[in-house]
Amino acid sequence: MNLDFITPVFIIGILTASIRLATPILLAALGEVFTERAGILNLGLEGTMLMGALAGFLGAYWTQNLWIGALFSIVVGILFAMLMGFMSVTAKVNQVVAGVGITILGGGLSTLLFRLAFGLRTVPPQITIFQNLPIPLLSQIPVLGPIFFNHNILVYLSLVLVPVMGLILYRTRFGLAVRAVGENPDAADSRGINVDRTRYLALAIGGALAGLGGGYLAIGNLGLFWTQMTAGRGFIAIAVVVFSRWDPSRSMLGALLFGFAGALQLTLQTLKAPIPSELLLMLPYIITILVLVVISRRAEFPAAYCVPYIRGQDK
Amino acid sequence: MTAIQLPGKAKQINWKEIGYGVGSAVASILIAVLIGALLLLGSGRNPLEAYQSLLYGAFGTLGRFTETLVKATPFLIMAIAVSVSFRCQVWNIGVEGQFMLGAIFSTWVALTFVSLPPVILVPLTMIAAIIGGALWSGIAGALKAYLNANEVITTSMLNYIAFYLVSFLVSGPMMDPEGYNFPQSKIIPDSLHLPRLIAGTRLNAAFLVALALVVVALFFWRSTVGFRTKVVGASRRVAHYAGLDVKRTFILVSLITGGLAGIAGWGEIFGIHFRLIEEISRGMGSLAMVVALLGELNPIGMIVSSFLFAALVVGGNAMERSAGVPFALVDVIQGIVILLILARSYFFRRKSS
Repeated sequence: MNLDFITPVFIIGILTASIRLATPILLAALGEVFTERAGILNLGLEGTMLMGALAGFLGAYWTQNLWIGALFSIVVGILFAMLMGFMSVTAKVNQVVAGVGITILGGGLSTLLFRLAFGLRTVPPQITIFQNLPIPLLSQIPVLGPIFFNHNILVYLSLVLVPVMGLILYRTRFGLAVRAVGENPDAADSRGINVDRTRYLALAIGGALAGLGGGYLAIGNLGLFWTQMTAGRGFIAIAVVVFSRWDPSRSMLGALLFGFAGALQLTLQTLKAPIPSELLLMLPYIITILVLVVISRRAEFPAAYCVPYIRGQDK
Repeated sequence: MTAIQLPGKAKQINWKEIGYGVGSAVASILIAVLIGALLLLGSGRNPLEAYQSLLYGAFGTLGRFTETLVKATPFLIMAIAVSVSFRCQVWNIGVEGQFMLGAIFSTWVALTFVSLPPVILVPLTMIAAIIGGALWSGIAGALKAYLNANEVITTSMLNYIAFYLVSFLVSGPMMDPEGYNFPQSKIIPDSLHLPRLIAGTRLNAAFLVALALVVVALFFWRSTVGFRTKVVGASRRVAHYAGLDVKRTFILVSLITGGLAGIAGWGEIFGIHFRLIEEISRGMGSLAMVVALLGELNPIGMIVSSFLFAALVVGGNAMERSAGVPFALVDVIQGIVILLILARSYFFRRKSS
């Protein structure tokens, strides 16, 4: 096979695209780290992201303001997470099935609302997305400049959130409370931490970021909405969280890995590589399974993972 | 909670329990339908007209009624498949992918060994479907048992992979050379088509297979393996101390679930489509889960719920065509029904406990 196409421009292109494609997964994973640290597995992430994508699109389309679109994504993401909160924290039902239900609901509702709003059109409605903001000076650095410093604002935001979320999780009272209710809710409760409220808050953070992650697809990447456009990214984000062993900075590594898989797949397709496109499209999903396999054996799940908290109940 | 009830004690029929199950299931569907109506009203559609066309679409004529039974067939088989894993608290959400692997394997066998007599070939295709589905599900089962990999993630990833696999096969190695580049396989010879139960409709022998599997399921839950499945589902720890091999049970239920889902794929190919196509299974996997949960993972209950959801789907398609109401309404109803069924004990039973 002729490998001449592997030029510096080609490599820079793939790495730039990796960061762009990692963004929605990273945002969702950063939030889910909080949710899972608090002891809740939100498998409704996929549906939440889809609703976030729709809300972002509608907000931006109706108001012609991308920031309002982003705000819509966040608000709807939080609402969907509150639904998961009601199911898991208040009604204390099985979190796995509740998450699956929320994913089905989000997929159906986002499609239904989009169709009710726009009907069937030959030309789909479109919006202009967030434009790239090259960072002065930094974007001039050869190689690193275009890879890291020539993206749109949401990409920068997701990267900035990595240390911020780390600080909140490890250095604030709230972060301590989140970790406490996920590891030992009884002890947290006896120390005066409100277990249910902390879990709802952790879910809200997860929902806000998942919503924004979905919104990014519509208003920061594609400028369109379509049915099931998240294509499993919610589930991939959950795999990234396990991969990261519930740590914000390691979840960036995980998200970048998937971004890279996606970018590689796209580039090979445009290059007309002699591999069928369907097989390339499988790549991110195969990698997810492989990553999960390698990591899960050693992973130490939060002790109260998936366990509803009922005060005074023996386990 | 029927799902974690220890087996063996429910010898006599508990009418109160059944009444509660049926009542809350009906209530859940009604509430979901009502929310759907509000959504339609909010967007300026007439919900009565929409639901009327839905009902007519599902039951209006004999032809439509049999279409509902045709759709109920894979739902019922896949719901039985789901129930085996769910009763064991193994959250296999990959029946859609397993269904596709069953479809792939059985189509391949039918087209490859086409010279064999149908008496041999038809059972062979069914066995191939079982193997295909079981393999796909067995991957997730083994990864869960030995490497602690979360089955929700692995099975959902395997769904996407299976979809692209079908798409690759029908536009590549298995593509019909005389199909004008349509992404579909060659057609399966007439001699292998499942017999029709009513002439002029698509209702076929796969429906009887589904009913037979209900009977098999009823016996399964009374067998040793069924008992073991339920014990592992009720408590891993108890099962472990009772000397049951929990890991082996995970793999076993995965194989059973996958094999059954494969049969559903087989039924769709040999009863309905007669060839492998890209859109063979769209959304059936999530529907099967709803059907299983609504039927309380009980074989008889799932007959009723599969029929209800088949009516929703067949009617929903008709509604989209005649009233212009998006089919996604049915997905919304599905999601709401799952959540209500789950949360019902919170709403209905708080006072009594």
